[in-house]
Amino acid sequence: MKQLLSGNEALALGAWHAGVAVAAAYPGTPSTEILQELAKMDGIYVEWSTNEKVALEVAMGASYAGVRALASMKHVGLNVAADPFFAVSTTGIIGGLVVVSADDPGEHSSQGEQDNRHFARFAKVPMLEPADSQDAYDVMGWAYAISEEFDTPVLVRPTTRISHCKTVVEVDPERKAVPAQPQFRRAPAKYVMVPSNARVRRLAMEERIVKLHDYVETFPMNKMLLADRKLGVISSGVAYQYAREVFKDASFLKLVTTYPFPSELIRRFAREVDQVIVIEELDPYLEDEVRRLGIPVRGKEFIPLIGELTVEIAENGAVQAGLLPGKRPASAPATEAPLPLPLRRPQLCAGCPHVGTEYVLRKLGLRTNEGPVQKGDFVVTSDIGCYTLGVYPPLAALDTCACMGASIGHAIGLKKAGIPNKVVAVLGDSTFMHSGITGLVDAVYNQASITVIILDNETTAMTGHQGHPGTGISARGLKTQAVKLEDVVRGVGVRDVNIVSAFDLAEIESAIRKCTENDEPSVIIARGPCTLAVKTRRTPFAVDTEECTSCYVCLDTGCPAISLVDDRAHIDESCAGCGVCAQVCPQEAILEDKR
Amino acid sequence: MNNANVLMVGVGGHGVILASDAMAEIGTINGYDVKKTDSMGMAQRGGSVVSHVRWGEHVFAPMIKKGEVDFLMGFEELEAARWAPCLKSGGVAIVADVVVIPISAVSGKIPYPTWEQMRGILEQYTDRIYLIPATRISREVGNPRAVNMVMLGFLSAFLDLEREAWTETMRRRLPPKFMESSIEAFNRGADEAGAVLR
Repeated sequence: MKQLLSGNEALALGAWHAGVAVAAAYPGTPSTEILQELAKMDGIYVEWSTNEKVALEVAMGASYAGVRALASMKHVGLNVAADPFFAVSTTGIIGGLVVVSADDPGEHSSQGEQDNRHFARFAKVPMLEPADSQDAYDVMGWAYAISEEFDTPVLVRPTTRISHCKTVVEVDPERKAVPAQPQFRRAPAKYVMVPSNARVRRLAMEERIVKLHDYVETFPMNKMLLADRKLGVISSGVAYQYAREVFKDASFLKLVTTYPFPSELIRRFAREVDQVIVIEELDPYLEDEVRRLGIPVRGKEFIPLIGELTVEIAENGAVQAGLLPGKRPASAPATEAPLPLPLRRPQLCAGCPHVGTEYVLRKLGLRTNEGPVQKGDFVVTSDIGCYTLGVYPPLAALDTCACMGASIGHAIGLKKAGIPNKVVAVLGDSTFMHSGITGLVDAVYNQASITVIILDNETTAMTGHQGHPGTGISARGLKTQAVKLEDVVRGVGVRDVNIVSAFDLAEIESAIRKCTENDEPSVIIARGPCTLAVKTRRTPFAVDTEECTSCYVCLDTGCPAISLVDDRAHIDESCAGCGVCAQVCPQEAILEDKR
Repeated sequence: MNNANVLMVGVGGHGVILASDAMAEIGTINGYDVKKTDSMGMAQRGGSVVSHVRWGEHVFAPMIKKGEVDFLMGFEELEAARWAPCLKSGGVAIVADVVVIPISAVSGKIPYPTWEQMRGILEQYTDRIYLIPATRISREVGNPRAVNMVMLGFLSAFLDLEREAWTETMRRRLPPKFMESSIEAFNRGADEAGAVLR
C-alpha cells in the first residue's frame, strides 16, 4: 500500500507496526509529530512527558516491563535525557527500546546545532539513520529487532529534512505485531546499578558492541551501488539524496547503520573504486571512521561542517575540489543591483499574550540595546519559547536565552554575582514545568532576590499547542488532572506570588514594580491564552484617524496587525482584539471597532 | 509524464502548506515519485513559509536546487520577488495579488517595494510572469481563504493532469463546509490560466 508520509509519520507508523506499547516525548521541532501521530493510534499508551529525561525514563520502565517502548525528542532534548540514555545503555533492556532524536542542521527552530551521531558512540548505543520516509518506516522494525537481540537501546537519528519531508512509502496495510504482555521479572543485577552490578554491565556493553560490529556488516539496509568506479561516495541520511543528485554517475555506499560502523563493507567498497569521498551534514563523523580504517578519504575539505547541506553547496564544493567539471559563469549577469527587500522575521502574533509583559519590561527596565546596563535598568533573563521572539525590535525586551529552564539559574547567578540591577527571569508555562521548577526551588533555598515571570499561555505554543502538566489535557486530548502553576510555586515556598492578566498592562506594571522592590524571590504568573488557540474572536480595535497624532507608540508593541497608512497607524483585519495597543496609545485614539 | 519542480512561497497562515500538501498528494495518486518539504522556521503566523514540491520518475533531494524551479508560486508578492533567483531561466512565476507588509517595512528603512519593482526582479529570470487576481476570485466564490485553490487551479493548466484528477483528490481532503467554494476557486483559477494562455 503506497502512502505519502512525512518522516515523522513514517517513524510513528513503523513503530506502531513493530508493536510499540508505550511512547513518551516532550514536544520539540522537528520531532513533535512522531508522538502526535502515535496519539491517533489504538493499542498504545502515549504521553507528553514533563521533559525528555522523564520521557526516556518512562520508556525505560515500560521496557523493563517487557513491552516495546519509544522516547522521541529533538536533538537538544537528548542533552536533557543524556543521564537516562547512558543509564539504559548500561542496564540494557527487556522489551525493545528505541530513542528517536531528530537533529536540526541549520537551526531552523533551535537554539543550537549539534551532531547527535556522537551520542551513539559516546553511550555505546547502536544507531540507524533513515534517508527518506521509506527508510524511516523500515528502520523502526529493525531497531526493535536489534534492541531485543543485543539487549541494548537503539538510537534512530532523523534530521529536519527527513522528519518534515513527505515522500512515497510502501507500508503494510495492517499492524501484525501485537504488544507483548507486560510482566516485571525481578533481576537486581540488571536493573540496580550499584557499582558492583554496574561493573558487570559495563563488560556486557563492550561485548555487545563487538557482536554488533559483525551484525552490521550484512545489514540489508546498507546498500552498495556500483556504477562508474572512478569515484565512490559514502553517505547517509538526507545527505545521501543530495549526493545522488550531484554525482550522477558515481558508485555509492549508502549507510543506515552509522554506529557501529561496518568496517569490512567500507573496505570492500574502497577496493571497488579509485577514490573515496564522504558527503555528510555537520561533523566529519563518517569521514573520521573511514580514515581510521587507513583508507584515503576526502570530505570536509570541501563540504562545510556548519549548517544545513543542500545540493548546490555539495555541488559547489565538488567543483572546487576538482571532482566535477567547473560550471560556466552565469550567462547574463543581472543588469541592476538587486533591490534590497524588507525582511520578514518570525514575530509574535496579533493578540499574543506575551506582548503586554514584554512591552512593560521594555518600558520599565530596558533603555539600551547594547553595552553596559544603566543604573535602574532591569536585566531580563529569558528562555526557550515563542516569547524569545521578543528579543527582536521593537520589543527588544530580553537579555539571555540558552536552554530550557536556564532563565531562572541565570537570574540567580547574575544576582549572586552582585550586579546592582533588578533581575527578572521570564519563561513560559511549559518551559517552567520542563525544567524551571528546580531553578525556582534553588531561588527559594538560596534566597535569591529575583522575580520570575511565568508567561502562562495555557499551552505549548511554539511546537503547535501540545498539552503539558499545567493544561490538564493529555496527549490524546482528554481531560486529566492539571498541575496548577500557582500551587507549585507556593508549594516550593515562594511567598510573593501574583497572578495577573497578560492583557492588562497596568496590572502587569504594578506587579513588576512591587515584586522587584521585594528582597525575597517573587513570582508573577501573567495569564492569557495563546491567540492561535482561542476559538471565539474578541471585538477588534480601530484607529480614530481624527485623534491619531502619528506618535507611533503603538508600533512599539510590534503587533503585526498595525501598519502605517498615509503616515497614520492603521489596524488591519488580523486584529485579535487584545487591546494592548489601546492601552499604550497616549491619545486614546484606539477604540473597539463595534461596526 | 512531466517532471515538475514547484516552489510555493508565502506568509504563515495563508494556505501555502495546504496547497503543497494537496499537490504532493495528487502527484502520488497519479503515479509520480514525489518529495515535498517545507521551511517555516519558527513562523506559526506571519513569517516566511517556503514549500518545495517535486514530481518526477525518481526524486532524490527534497529541496529544489537554486535555478531549477519550473514554477514559482508566490502566495504573496514580496515573497515571490524574494525567491525569484531560484527560478530556472524561462520558468513560470505565478503570483497572487496579495500584499502583507512585514513589520520591518512598517518601522524600518526598507519600504515595501511596488509591484513594478518586484516585477522587475522577476523579469531578470523570466518573462513568463502572471499576476493573478486571486483575492477578487476567492471573494467572488465566497471563500476569501481559497486564494491557495485559485493558485493551484492556475498552475494545473501548465501540468499534464486532467482537471478532474485534481478536484477528485481535493474532494476527499477538504472539509464539507469549504468543499464547493474551494473547488470553484480551483476551477476559476484554471479558467483564468486558460484565458491568459490562449
